[in-house]
Amino acid sequence: MQEEPDLIACDCCDAVFRRTQLARGQIARCGRCGAELDRHAGEMRRALLPLSLASLILLMLANAFPIVTMELQGQSSHTTLLGAVMVLALDGKPFVAVLVLATTVLFPFLYLSVLTLLSLPWASPVMRNDLAWLVRMVRASRPWGMIEVFMLGILVALVKLASMATIEPGIALWSFVAATVLLTAILGFDLRGFWLEDREGRPEPLDQVAALR
Amino acid sequence: MMPTASSLGLIACHHCSTVWRHAVEGERCLRCGGSLHRRKPDSIRRTWALLLAAIVLYLPANLLPVMQTRSLFGLQEDTILSGILFFVTSGEYALAAIIFIASFLVPLFKLLAIGLMLILVQVRSDWGLEERSRLYRIVELIGRWSMLDVFVVAVLSGLVQIQGFAQITPGFGVSAFGLVVVLTMLASQSFDPRLAWDAAGPTNRQSSA
Repeated sequence: MQEEPDLIACDCCDAVFRRTQLARGQIARCGRCGAELDRHAGEMRRALLPLSLASLILLMLANAFPIVTMELQGQSSHTTLLGAVMVLALDGKPFVAVLVLATTVLFPFLYLSVLTLLSLPWASPVMRNDLAWLVRMVRASRPWGMIEVFMLGILVALVKLASMATIEPGIALWSFVAATVLLTAILGFDLRGFWLEDREGRPEPLDQVAALR
Repeated sequence: MMPTASSLGLIACHHCSTVWRHAVEGERCLRCGGSLHRRKPDSIRRTWALLLAAIVLYLPANLLPVMQTRSLFGLQEDTILSGILFFVTSGEYALAAIIFIASFLVPLFKLLAIGLMLILVQVRSDWGLEERSRLYRIVELIGRWSMLDVFVVAVLSGLVQIQGFAQITPGFGVSAFGLVVVLTMLASQSFDPRLAWDAAGPTNRQSSA
């Protein structure tokens, strides 16, 4: 089997096009169905390491502190993300507990950790090849990380409670807001960019690299 | 005629988008190690199975209570729709609209859209191929937002735990609802939009591109 480095195929309709060098901010679209084929990564590649590290720290804060404190009739109650998951699990909804845990904690942490690891300055193409399975897995997990949806969920819950109790946002709420903003920028970087980048610097594919070592 | 990967005997890796010539179905991509497939394997049957399961669960997801509120005023049960009505009656129209769209319209739209795309592939229709490609991308994009109500219930039941005064517990509706979201997301992921173009035949819509 032989690589065709100059060709690009549309995920959505299978049409084949010749790859062109994109300028900053340009997006290549399929001429047949309009799907995005490729986009210029812009300055995102360089900002990847600081942004993913910052998001990791924010997510840790978001998990360590209460999201919100509620006061009602002189009694107060607060919850963390993991606390909410525990309530779901103990109330006989283990599936929902796992779903919330996976989409708001496990997948985002996994995604950001792998991204941080791969964008470290000493991460070589060979190391990225060895970790290819991890990149495939994390890329597939991307639709399942739902920090921004959770963010909106917190806001809806707060509005719902605001009429009956005194609500005080906690540190975790602000951390979630900040993490959502950073994640929006980070998710704009397609992980395929790593492979493309490695290909441009080093024309031979995997098996030949393995033979050289 | 618009050249396609399959008409040229090429396979594009689904994971890293490298294009290969002379690759065999199921072979590993030499670039990223993912397995190469001309089309997503068993796409139609898998998508139907996941979609039908989602349709079955759609009713309990909307009819069973998603949460129960125990307070000094007694026990109150809320379904997805009564939760939306709560915001309408309390004058929070913008919020009511957001939840109505995310929790009611989006799941219904997804079930109908995926069903429509499957049927059109199976009757080999060449109707609206570009629009169907766009529809698929929209379904992929909006699917995750339906998790909104699951998160609302999770936060509320985590927070409102004041014994005797007010206590919110999750209902079985939320399990069914969460499953509908997961199943429809898996269904749209297992559907292969290229099948629509394959089924419509090689002569269609080439000149317009």
